[in-house]
Amino acid sequence: MFFAQLVMNGLVVGSIYALVALGFVVIYKASSVLNFAQGEFLMLGAYVCLAILDAGRVPFAAAFLLTLAFSVALGIFLERVVLRPMIGEPVISVIMVTLGLSAILKAVVQCVWGTDTRPFPQVFPSEPVHFGPFPVSQGYLWSVACVSVLLILFTIFFKYTREGIAMRAVAFSQQTALSMGISVKRMFALTWSIAAVVSAVGGVLLGAVRGSVDGSLAFFGLKVVPVAILGGLDSVLGAIVGGLTIGVLENLSGGYLDPVFGGGVKEVAPFVVLVLILMVKPYGLFGKVKIERV
Amino acid sequence: MRCGDFRTTYAADAAIFETPISRWATVGFLVALAAVPAVASTYWLDVLNRVAIASIAAVGLNILTGFTGQISLGNAAFLAVGAYATAAMAGSAGLPFVATIPLAGALTALVGMVFGVPSLRLKGLYLAMATLAAHFIVEFVANHWDSVTGGVNWISVPAARLGPLALDTDAKLFYLVVPLAAFLALFAKNLFRTRVGKAFVAIRDQDISAEVIGVRVFRYKLLSFGVSSFYVGVAGALVAYQARIISPENFPITLAIDQLGMIIIGGLGSVQGSIFGAAFITLLPEVLRLATGELSAQFPGLTDLFAPLRTGLFGLVIVLFLVFEPDGLAARWRLIKAYWKLYPFSY
Repeated sequence: MFFAQLVMNGLVVGSIYALVALGFVVIYKASSVLNFAQGEFLMLGAYVCLAILDAGRVPFAAAFLLTLAFSVALGIFLERVVLRPMIGEPVISVIMVTLGLSAILKAVVQCVWGTDTRPFPQVFPSEPVHFGPFPVSQGYLWSVACVSVLLILFTIFFKYTREGIAMRAVAFSQQTALSMGISVKRMFALTWSIAAVVSAVGGVLLGAVRGSVDGSLAFFGLKVVPVAILGGLDSVLGAIVGGLTIGVLENLSGGYLDPVFGGGVKEVAPFVVLVLILMVKPYGLFGKVKIERV
Repeated sequence: MRCGDFRTTYAADAAIFETPISRWATVGFLVALAAVPAVASTYWLDVLNRVAIASIAAVGLNILTGFTGQISLGNAAFLAVGAYATAAMAGSAGLPFVATIPLAGALTALVGMVFGVPSLRLKGLYLAMATLAAHFIVEFVANHWDSVTGGVNWISVPAARLGPLALDTDAKLFYLVVPLAAFLALFAKNLFRTRVGKAFVAIRDQDISAEVIGVRVFRYKLLSFGVSSFYVGVAGALVAYQARIISPENFPITLAIDQLGMIIIGGLGSVQGSIFGAAFITLLPEVLRLATGELSAQFPGLTDLFAPLRTGLFGLVIVLFLVFEPDGLAARWRLIKAYWKLYPFSY
């Protein structure tokens, strides 16, 4: 009973992880960059949505759409100003530039909105839905639904649409893609805006589920990195499986081991499992194994 | 007149100092440093000590990341290992600093090599993740091993001592920290003139090629983790002696990011650059503090914004450096020297 409840909670939290991990995967798939500023994208999305809600009497749906529009603009802007000069630089430089970006975004959010926890208006009804004996809050159900829809959309996008295929071509080889008439720059801009949008959706959902928004949302980005790595950085399916696995794992280890160790197991368990799995499968569960040639 | 690098012997090619002038300038700089405690205030001595400690850690990180090409996000954890080891050895066991500092380094080297084992199979981003895992695992241990680390609370460290001598002021500590930093920097410089150092660089440039030409890649990767962590452990020991009070909050993940920032700004694969970068990143908040102090009369809200401003400035500096000066301060320093070498006919 306790076990089933933990698994259930893990699955719903894991679905949000999967959503944010999707942002990592989309960027990595097209440009081989691991975006450490993903958590800040998420936080910024939540704050912007909150600011729009506070500023005028707009319905939640309108504020949500405006937030998404803002995220698209943010993604395009950052790609143009910060990421484009990084094309062809070593991995460490690209990691550092996204870390620098995350520091800047964090500072901007703190300067504009301060560090206090701000209440997020209630969007989902607080009445939980019962699945058999387990109560599950509606916010989580919405997020599971959102995540499922987005994941299906992305799978279709990468498989069948012109842009999706072009993105995969860019990921495979930038030079070949260019010679086939694909604009690599446009693809990169598109990737970053998609990643920003996905994170903003995650941020707004998290804000609504928790009922408050504060700086700790940014840590979510760091938390989701093991998810993306576990599934394999270039696999959409991996993001889903990784998200759900880590979500369940976290809850189970928290539920059973925290009383033994006195807290904190929840945070460290995903990392321990991550290292163990990577030792067996160095490119994650579903990541493409890179064959290196000299 | 010299108008280029004309090296005619292998000795000249491997020399640490290219010209006698640079050798004597370095010696002169160190001698001048020795006189600093006589004139500087406690505040600036504290800052200088922190710069020197950060340099040791940055040189260590650069050995691993800049020279061997293994990205590490676990530096804060390794600093914590060094600091806690020192606290334990100097506290209850009462060992003198000549014993605790090398032992802390050795212990950290061991821990670093354990966390370097995943590099057997992992590369690039995936390895960076494994070191990030190291950070969280060490943090967990520091928070929970109450008998040694004091758990989430702080633990106090006695002043560094050797017999009757106690290094209990910043000025006295200065004479331990700065010579140690100079020695370790020189050691690192020399390391890359040896077979081991060249093997590290070969692994960075192309690990498969390195294996083909007979470098045992895994063994040298582990060695690199060991040497790097030794440096970081020594820095951690000095952090403990300087701060005198340590808690897990002293070693957050942002510290590891700061250290990566140091070697990026200073220049990857440059010992000198690590020192420049350490000085730059350590001085940045101090300069910002002075500036906000000066301007707080005109803008009263400014002091409240210090923390976010500091974070933002750090990020901005990193991004600007990577976009406009990807090779770091060390490369800029070389250009400046080349300019003056040929002055006024430089072009």
